[in-house]
Amino acid sequence: MKRIDNDSWPDAIYKTLKDAGVRQVGYVPDAGHKRLIELCLADKEMRAVVLSTEEEGIGLAAGAWLGGVRGALLMQSSGVGNCINALGMTRECRFPLLMVITMRGQKGEFNPWQVPMGQATPAVLEAMDVVVQEANSAEEIAPTVDAAARLAFGSYQAVAVLISQAVIGIKSFQEQAAR
Amino acid sequence: MKTTLHRRKVVEILLENRKDLLVVAGLGSTAWDITAAGDSPLNFPLWGAMGNAAMIGLGLALAQPRRRVLVLTGDGEMLMGLGSLATIGVQKPRNLSVVVIDNERYGETGMQATHTAAGVDLAKVAQGCGFKVARQVRSGAQLAALRTAIHRGTGPLFAQVKVIAEKIPLVLPPRDGGILKSRFRKALLGESADLD
Repeated sequence: MKRIDNDSWPDAIYKTLKDAGVRQVGYVPDAGHKRLIELCLADKEMRAVVLSTEEEGIGLAAGAWLGGVRGALLMQSSGVGNCINALGMTRECRFPLLMVITMRGQKGEFNPWQVPMGQATPAVLEAMDVVVQEANSAEEIAPTVDAAARLAFGSYQAVAVLISQAVIGIKSFQEQAAR
Repeated sequence: MKTTLHRRKVVEILLENRKDLLVVAGLGSTAWDITAAGDSPLNFPLWGAMGNAAMIGLGLALAQPRRRVLVLTGDGEMLMGLGSLATIGVQKPRNLSVVVIDNERYGETGMQATHTAAGVDLAKVAQGCGFKVARQVRSGAQLAALRTAIHRGTGPLFAQVKVIAEKIPLVLPPRDGGILKSRFRKALLGESADLD
């Protein structure tokens, strides 16, 4: 088996989402999710839906589940706060929800404005009853997403996988723009 | 032109002989309206998540491309999720209609004026977002055509139906979210939905 490294983890998430039967993927773009978004957009069996704000993805996934389809939601940690009130519906209705979140404001952040939401992300999610599972290295991301998908769709939970900034490794504006 | 339309009558006409139409209603008055027209397991009335009704409709319409999906919501609820009109405009689901019952008020909180009272034109917003059909409706004569478009036309369709601001009795649907979800899925997907 090919070793999962810093370049191939998005492909491994994509395969995991496919294997989990995910057919709708809402996303607000993030540099860390660039490759995964491209893979989802290129897949004719998946519907990748660009959102104007992360909160929309909570409703999208709820509607998909009402219609018998599994959804996933991709975002950056800065978007988590936008989802809070809508997550109340997820909890009240026990909708399954799979969120895959790339972290900012965490390890080696260069933008101070990212730090407050990034640092508050686990607490904010847990306050709304979302199970938080962290992936701190490239190898553990896909297995963590796989376990999160099983928990979400098997046990009707809202689950967020937080992909550490140590994996994404953005260190400056210049490097981010060049990605 | 001043509207003469009553919201309950509008919703009753739009849902008349609805057959297997799937209906999502925004929290507050539109949830009471669809219930007054006759509660159904194929109704998903919201009691929260303000601003998200149209997006639930989009997720459902994409998941069920062979079924018609109608989102009925209020002007205040739609204003809170205006971006979702842009998101729907990009996806262009042919089977989705979004109808705003516009009384120009926040009806559940003291009838305060919303942006539409000052002239904000939601139909023009929807048109600019790429809806195939986007119109304002102010007279009863337009309702039959709107009903036909919802049930048989090619979407995405948007309508802003201007109605009289009136206080009318509440007609409440069940409010347990788990029950609303489960009954909807069973009615749409069959008994086995519980085993999914």
